[in-house]
This record gives sequence, structure tokens and C-alpha cells, in this order.
Amino acid sequence: MVHGAASRRDFLRTCIAGAACLGVGKAGGFARSLWESAAPSRSRLVIARDPMLRGGGTGVNSGRLPNLLDRAMQSFFNRDTPVEAWRQLVRPGEVVGLKVNCLAGRGASSSVLLVEAICDRLQQAGVAAENIIVWDRLSSDLESAGFRIATGGRRVRCSGNDDAGYEDDLAIYGSVGSCIAKTLTRSCDAVINLPVLKDHGIAGVTMALKNLFGAIHNPNKYHSNAGDPYIADVNMLAPIRQKVRLTICDAITAQYEGGPSSMPQWTWPYNGLLVARDPVALDYTGWQIIERKRAEKGMKSLEALGRAPTYIATAADAHHRLGTNDPKLIERIEVGA
Amino acid sequence: MRAHSAGEQIDRRTFLQATALPGLAACAWGCLSGSAIPLYALPTREDARFIVEAQFYDKQAYKKIKCKLCPRECVIDDRERGYCGVRENRGGTYYTLVHSRLAIAHIDPIEKKPFFHFCPGILAFSVATAGCNVNCKFCQNWEISQARPEQVRATYVSPRDLAAAAQQNHCPAIAHTYSEPVIFYEYLIDAAEAAHGVGIKSVVVTGGYIQKDPLKKMCRRVDAIKVDLKAFSQKYYKEIVNGDLKPVLDTLVTIRHEGTWLEIVYLVVPTLNDGDAEFQGLARWIKSELGTDVPVHFTRFYPQYLLKNLPPTPLETLERAKAIADNEGLHYVYIGNVPGHPGENTYCPQCRHLLIERLGFVVRKMDLHKGKCRYCQHPIAGVWQT
Repeated sequence: MVHGAASRRDFLRTCIAGAACLGVGKAGGFARSLWESAAPSRSRLVIARDPMLRGGGTGVNSGRLPNLLDRAMQSFFNRDTPVEAWRQLVRPGEVVGLKVNCLAGRGASSSVLLVEAICDRLQQAGVAAENIIVWDRLSSDLESAGFRIATGGRRVRCSGNDDAGYEDDLAIYGSVGSCIAKTLTRSCDAVINLPVLKDHGIAGVTMALKNLFGAIHNPNKYHSNAGDPYIADVNMLAPIRQKVRLTICDAITAQYEGGPSSMPQWTWPYNGLLVARDPVALDYTGWQIIERKRAEKGMKSLEALGRAPTYIATAADAHHRLGTNDPKLIERIEVGA
Repeated sequence: MRAHSAGEQIDRRTFLQATALPGLAACAWGCLSGSAIPLYALPTREDARFIVEAQFYDKQAYKKIKCKLCPRECVIDDRERGYCGVRENRGGTYYTLVHSRLAIAHIDPIEKKPFFHFCPGILAFSVATAGCNVNCKFCQNWEISQARPEQVRATYVSPRDLAAAAQQNHCPAIAHTYSEPVIFYEYLIDAAEAAHGVGIKSVVVTGGYIQKDPLKKMCRRVDAIKVDLKAFSQKYYKEIVNGDLKPVLDTLVTIRHEGTWLEIVYLVVPTLNDGDAEFQGLARWIKSELGTDVPVHFTRFYPQYLLKNLPPTPLETLERAKAIADNEGLHYVYIGNVPGHPGENTYCPQCRHLLIERLGFVVRKMDLHKGKCRYCQHPIAGVWQT
């Protein structure tokens, strides 16, 4: 067999196809292994923003939001159409979990409009509606954020861990011993992490890494020392590492103080999405966005307040290697309207 | 973790009927082991009867609260819970979610707690809710202590029904135990009052991680407290318990000052808290701060939860701990979790006669008369009348 010179794009396509052939069982490992093989190089991070996302008002334009999502995903996967982009992430027949963040109720939780747009695109990419599960810790949290609980029928499912329960056995890594939500371990082949860009009164910030606290039964035990090293350790638990394929951080409305509760006086319309496979790169970048906003508002930095999110560096260290917090190793791609 | 699902509520009559037969069976069986009382019903997801405003907390700006029940003093945002997982801030008001929400009920000999100087031979109706304010790596009840209320089976048992169940099962005492009674404080207090109303005593088995004000109130409501002193070093408390030593020592002193009967358990974990210097420091501190009459139980560790990599405590280690404490002058030093060992027995500190002989949790011989040694009339510290 004779090979000609291959472009970068061709090379990537070949890799993806090969990985798709090799990797791909229920654990859905191909996307993960792709990232791991790329780990020594730069971590790709897309920041997509649309200044007109709200038009002239305060509400999000439901027509522009899917477009923002499409541009973010196409840019991240370097594809010409949204469906092609999503097919780099999931395949027909897979069960895909969407781990939203709903603890704060309306105002500081994952946007229902965004989740609906993601569900639409997943279905266009071949994932059946009933194979999409929107989940968080409690069904009551989901409802308070505007989601409707749905556990049967040919439609997108939505329920809390309190309905599906947790594994009986502990998953253990470092300082953490936790039972993991059955939705993640048993129902989902892949998980897309959907945190919100916001401040956290204990951990500093809460985004990709911290959102996975919603996958374990005992997150209340892991807030000491600003969540360090617990947050990094939770992300090392095997089922979580194996199944979380991508983070799409909801930065439509971001919050720079007073989180994780909803504090409208400290939110601002960032009108954006952050997309990355590398949760550390995403969290590091989101943290800097929050710090810049705090400085702009004349507020002290999180470090000055004693709640710098040190867990991000821990997640990047030699014991975890969950990603990079080195700006030089983050390939940051900004996408406009 | 067992999945929560909505279920029918158990009513008072059903609970009492359910508890009656197993209780009798336990008595007939000889009380060598606890008797599990099945909790047939599951709680509904949100049952107002479980949710009672917490007694010890401060309100802060922006609907935050600061919990004042335990030394952690968790500052909790609206809709969030504290470290214990069973107390929640709802709109700036702090609530316990586990009032009357029993996750477990057993009938145990009081010796199983262990209390060796508190009404020997009685049965204790032993209960717990989900939750705990520490996270010991050796916890043997982690499936309820490290869980949130909605993650475990539970049923509604009011304080009055709990007292009635104890009566019906011929238990002179209710023991709040297994997980951590401090975190179901409001229920404990209400249950103790209901129990006293019908002549039932209340005992508490706790890690002692509690602030002084709620502790003093608890001391006035209950009849005896056993404190698990996990170690005599801050390092151990920080690394193994996820807590601090000093507040627990303060708790021990307060209980003594309040005059509530106190016993101490020290779980000896190989390589982690089993040094001679630590045993000696512990014994000297007890002697100087609490006196020589507080019973101390050195108990054997078995691999559990997050400490499965260590072996059970060698018997020689327990005997060494007892010998050190004896030499420091403590009067009642026991060896626990080693059935049949002479270190389970009580000897008169003056004439050295065997006064109470135990085999496991069974009292085989009792040579006390009105709380005194039958041989030399030396008073033996304890609560001897039911």
C-alpha cells in the first residue's frame, strides 16, 4: 500500500477512523483515547461568543443559541457541519448522558435552551431521543432549574440520581471513596459534562471538574481545603475518567461572586460557551475569565480571598494528569458571531 | 447505595407491630448479637415530618447560614448542605432533614455500645439516621453514616413511637448510635424527652465532635454518653478522621463537668494510633482532666471501608495499651472486641476481686451491692440501677 503525503486534517481523520474501529465498546473509549494520545501536545479549547445572543433584551434568543453551539462544536472538531462535528463525539446506538448543573435553581444552572439544542444535535447525529439522559444529583434540582422529569417513552430522559440510585461498592482514588451514580456507571456509554461558568464560595470556581461532584453520593465530604485534592481525585475515579468525553461549559450568563447560589447582582452576560475535552484547561481558562471580571468590578482576586481554586493545579499534577493548566499548552480558539 | 424510591409511610401501629416480634426473639436468643428490626417502608422524597428547623445556627447575609452544632461551623449557601449531608439551608433557614427519619433500628445489649458501667445486662433499643460529621476511614457503618438521607431506606418514627417501641420490646434504654447522633441532634433531644416521660433512659454513642452549647443541653437530657476518642493525636484526626482532636477533648471535659455518665472507647488501629507514647499520653490526660474512674475501652480494629489494607489489631497491642493505662492509675481499663478475654471483666480497684464477669456482650456474674464491691465495700463508679 502506497501512501502519499497526508495533510493534518487527513491524518486526524485517519486516526479517528482507526480509533473508531479499535476502541469502541460500551465504555466509549475512542474519544477519550484520542485525547490521551494528544496529551503531550496542546489542549484544544474553543470559546464561542455571540454579543447578540440576547438581541437587545435580557432573554436568550432561542434562534441564535443553536447557532452558537454549532459554531463552537464545528470549530472544536474542525468540521464543516454540526452533524459531522457531533459524530466525532458520539455514535448511533450509544447512550449519552448530559451532566447538567442545577443545584442553584433557575438563574445559575445549566440553560434549558442549551440542553435542548444539544439534544437536537445529538439526535441529528443519530442518537435516539430515549438514549439521551439529562441528569444531576436530585430530580428536584432538575425541576427547579426548569427541566421536566421524564423516565419512559421515546423521548429524552431526565431524572436525578435519587431516582436511579448509586452503586453499592466504593470507587476509590487518593483521598476519595465514593459510590458513583448508576446513571453514569450503568446507563451511559458517554457523558457530556455541562457545567456553568461561576464562582464558588468554597472551591473558588465551579466548572468542569467540580461538576462531577454530582456523580458521587457524598460530595458534602469533599469541600474541605477548597476541595483540594478531592475535586481532582473524584475526576480520577475510573468510571468518570472513562465516560466523560467532552465539556461544554455554559457561559451564557456567568457569575463572578456569590456562587454557587444564584446571585443575579453578580452575574454578567458573557454570551458564550467553552468547549474542551481537557477539563483542566477549561477550568483554568474559566477561572481567568472570572478573575478578570472581578478585577474589572474592583473586587479582590480569589487568591487574595483565600479561595483560589488550587484543585485545578492538582488535577494537572503528576499524580492526576487530567489535563493542563499551562496557558502555553492550551490551544485557545476564539469564535465570534 | 440502595436506590431511593417513593414508598408508603409506615404508621405507628405497623411500626410497633414490626418491632415487637424481633425484639422478643432477640431476648430469647440470649443477646449475643443485635437483632435487626426491619424498616419496611421507604420515605417519600420530601416528607415535611422529617424537616425541622435546626436549633444551633446563625443567619448571615445573602441567605447564608453558619452551622453552630459541630466544630466545623460550615458556612452554607442557600440550597446547600453541610458536611454532614443531613442539614440544608432553605432560603436562609437551616433545617435538619432527619428528624424521626430512622435508617436503622436494632435491639442490642448495652454492653455492645459498649457501656460496662451503665445498667449492665439491659437491652438498648438502638437507632440511627443517615449522616455523620466526620469521615473515619475505618467506619463500619459507612453505608448509612456517609450517606445522605434520601440515599438510604428509612421510615418515620416519631419520638413518642420510638419510646413506645422501646417499652414494647422490654428495652429500658434507647441508644442513639451507629452513625453519629450529633447530626440528628434535634430528634435525639425530642426522643430523650419522650423516653424519660415513660421511664426509658437514653444513651448516646458519639465521636464527641460537637460544640459546647448543644453538648451541655444534650447532657441534661440523656443518661450516659460514650465517646469514641479516635486517637490522641491531631495528625490522626486530620488524616484518618477528617476532624480535630481538641474539640473532642473539650467534649470529654464538659461531659464530666455536667455529671453525665461517661465512657471512652479507643479503637486501636495498627501502625496509626498504637504507639506506647500515645497510650501513655492518653492515660495521663484522662487521669488529670477526667479522673481515674472513667472507663476506657481499648478495642480491636477490623479492616473496614477505606482501611482494608491493615490487619486486625494484634491482641498483644491491646494488652500493652491496657497495661500502660493500668500503670498510669486508671481504675477501669478494658479490652474490647476480643470475646472471652479477661480484659472484658471489671475488677475492684481496691481489693482486685472480680466483680463483673462478661463473655462478649453477656454479663455472667455481677458481684456489686448497691454500687459497691461486695468484698471490700469500695464504691464502683457507674450507674447501676435501671
